[in-house]
Amino acid sequence: MKRTNELIVALAVMAVIIVVTWGLFAVGDNMPGGVTPFSKDVYQLHNVILAVVTVIGVLVFTAMFTSIVVHRKSKDHEPAKFSHSTAAEITWTAIPVLILVIMAIPATRVLIDMEDTGGADINIKVTGYQWLWQYEYLEDGVSIYSTLDRESNRARQIGSGVDVRTVENYLLEVDNRLVLPTNTKIRFLLTSGDVIHSWWVPDLGWKRDAIPGMVNEAWTLIEEEGVYRGQCAELCGKDHGFMPIVVEAVSPEEYRQWIESRSSQQAADNADEPADVQQVSAADELAANAEQG
Amino acid sequence: MSHETTLNQDEHHADHPTGLARWLFTTNHKEIGTLYLVFSLVMFLLGGAMAMVIRAELFVPGLQMVNPEFFNQMTTMHALVMIFGAVMPAFVGLANWMVPLMIGAPDMALPRMNNWSFWILPFAFTILLMPLVLGLFGIGSGGPASGWTLYPPLSLQGGTNIAFVIFAIHLMGVSSIMGAINIIVTILNMRAPGMTLLRMPLFVWTWLITGFLLIAVMPVLAGAVTMLLTDRFFDTSFFNAAGGGDPVMYQHIFWFFGHPEVYIMILPAFGIVSEILPTFSRKPLFGYTSMVYATASIAFLSFIVWAHHMFTVGMPLGGNIFFMYATMVIAVPTGVKVFNWVSTMWRGSMTFETPMLFALAFIVLFTIGGFSGLMLAIVPADFQYHDTYFVVAHFHYVLVTGAVFAIMAGVYYWLPKWTGYMYNEKLGKIHFWISAISVNVLFFPQHYLGLAGMPRRIPDYAVQFAEFNMISSIGGFVFGLAQLIFVYIVWQAARGGERATGQVWEGARGLEWTVPSPAPLHTFDTPPKVDDSVTTHADRLV
Repeated sequence: MKRTNELIVALAVMAVIIVVTWGLFAVGDNMPGGVTPFSKDVYQLHNVILAVVTVIGVLVFTAMFTSIVVHRKSKDHEPAKFSHSTAAEITWTAIPVLILVIMAIPATRVLIDMEDTGGADINIKVTGYQWLWQYEYLEDGVSIYSTLDRESNRARQIGSGVDVRTVENYLLEVDNRLVLPTNTKIRFLLTSGDVIHSWWVPDLGWKRDAIPGMVNEAWTLIEEEGVYRGQCAELCGKDHGFMPIVVEAVSPEEYRQWIESRSSQQAADNADEPADVQQVSAADELAANAEQG
Repeated sequence: MSHETTLNQDEHHADHPTGLARWLFTTNHKEIGTLYLVFSLVMFLLGGAMAMVIRAELFVPGLQMVNPEFFNQMTTMHALVMIFGAVMPAFVGLANWMVPLMIGAPDMALPRMNNWSFWILPFAFTILLMPLVLGLFGIGSGGPASGWTLYPPLSLQGGTNIAFVIFAIHLMGVSSIMGAINIIVTILNMRAPGMTLLRMPLFVWTWLITGFLLIAVMPVLAGAVTMLLTDRFFDTSFFNAAGGGDPVMYQHIFWFFGHPEVYIMILPAFGIVSEILPTFSRKPLFGYTSMVYATASIAFLSFIVWAHHMFTVGMPLGGNIFFMYATMVIAVPTGVKVFNWVSTMWRGSMTFETPMLFALAFIVLFTIGGFSGLMLAIVPADFQYHDTYFVVAHFHYVLVTGAVFAIMAGVYYWLPKWTGYMYNEKLGKIHFWISAISVNVLFFPQHYLGLAGMPRRIPDYAVQFAEFNMISSIGGFVFGLAQLIFVYIVWQAARGGERATGQVWEGARGLEWTVPSPAPLHTFDTPPKVDDSVTTHADRLV
């Protein structure tokens, strides 16, 4: 009699919990799947682990709320006396261990894949500064600086009077985008000129810290053309919230054209002006010297 | 040892200063416990006020109220005040009040040190808050703004305010270590005859283990910030790459403190919940022994998982894999605890007074925080979650609906024992329901924000994050206001009301319920006799 009672309540409770859980999934955002093989792997890992914890949660909370509904004093429920069960405790130690082992295998595989930065066709050096990014295309000697675009910057000031909702891509637009080719393995070398920053574009599937005095590595292979936006993810001072990252992925042909126009423009700039005026960074100087020499 | 302390009881009971002197010079564990708890409540409201500033600025996109520099000061100080000012002193206060009562000791083992470890705190926080307060009046550059983790080189960029923070942290560390020593010595030496280690209430067990964690890691934090101090003021280069140092080394040292610190703030919460559930389920705690072992395992594991806070700094593959596996393992003992709590309730005879409600909310919401913690352990996924609002949601679930809810459960549970009056149960329930609902409105949408790509510690955000930020802020304001009900309830119960019996709760067991309510200033001058009939768990009875 009592057992049936518990079972019926448990089914009802589980139904309620599933509806609530479904609602929580339905109203909110999930992680973006992204546009690289790695980001898709991460997305899949995320969904699997989310599903695992959701199922465990539904089961545990069902047991708990069934107990809350049935085993209450107001229903004259007599308290049981049991206080341990070795079999139960071994079971609920062993099963989680098993689940974790099963989770660890794909996680490790994806992680090893991410670490393999070899065989890249293009190397990009990313340097974080307070509060902008410098991108150097190491093979082509092209260097660009990327800062929050002027319109967002004007709108973000206190008392600017600008409704930020009218600004297109508010806080997620830059003056110079990082142009990258699709379907090309690109290696990033990340470092910083002052404090620690973190370079993050969600659609690429990772973030990596840019640390002064160190060079971190990461790689990507973008499969779809498009514009992908991200932000600095490590607190780096007062304008931490205002150093966005915008990646523009174009076809390899278009990329070549862009690089060529950019490098000829850069060479012209360097030739026009005396070297000691235009030195923005040591890297620029090196590139300029190489071209003039 | 307990016999020696009871020999001259009449003599040292004679002197009772009143007024301010009573509180300044007290060596009584109950009075010091009260001081800690009141201090913690004040800090909780102060840290909460800072959180209100943060949520107000984030209510809509665009900057309206504060500039980014001040916003960063708010996030930094909110964390420092809540962690070191609200949560940790609350647990020490509860330990001061309850540990001697639970183990049948007349007082803490080192009463004068007890007084000192409390009275350091007001000075420490005066120093900590000074740059911020002076900054408000236009003096100096304001408070520290580099986040509570004080990562160099950013933390070394600011003005001299870093020196205030470091000195304050040193003082808090001294206070915490003395408190921890006192609790450990009390538990190991002052238990009443018959109170064997495995008869101790779980709250005492969790605090014993927490005490060792504190002694182990507070000096590590002190070392880390001292190196910051010398880097900033004495031209050393511990963390300065240009001088041959390593900024990442700071993070390793900091999190070697920081991760055990996380468990310092949650293990006593486990203990409180393990006291409350059996009482209101009228059934012994399920799996007492495995609870003790699980607590010890979590404490051990807490020392070997620190780098999961820094998966994105570019550690070698082997490092990332090790810290991923070690972190995932923590889910096992934590799971054991949750399963044991549910089994404690199962087939019990439950009633739902306010302490029980908070304890039940703790189990559900802490478990949700544990789930997101397990997700964060998966390194490739962490490359996405790290430093986003997903992390903010995660640690507020374990700290607010975990630690803070457990503290509130404990306060409601023991308040009648402290004051001798029952608190207003109806108001207590109102406080619970408003808090439990609003805290989820506050923190649950932050999971969505993080997954959608909003970094943490930003004063302004892109417009696609506007909706959930507004919902979160509304939840925040309601949650903040609801805590004023709590303050009122405690104040009311301290002043009068329905008289509480010694037993207070029908299902309560343990030595603390054998003394009258309010607990007289001096209890257990003659040690009680302890056998299984008075322990809370009665594991061995069956």
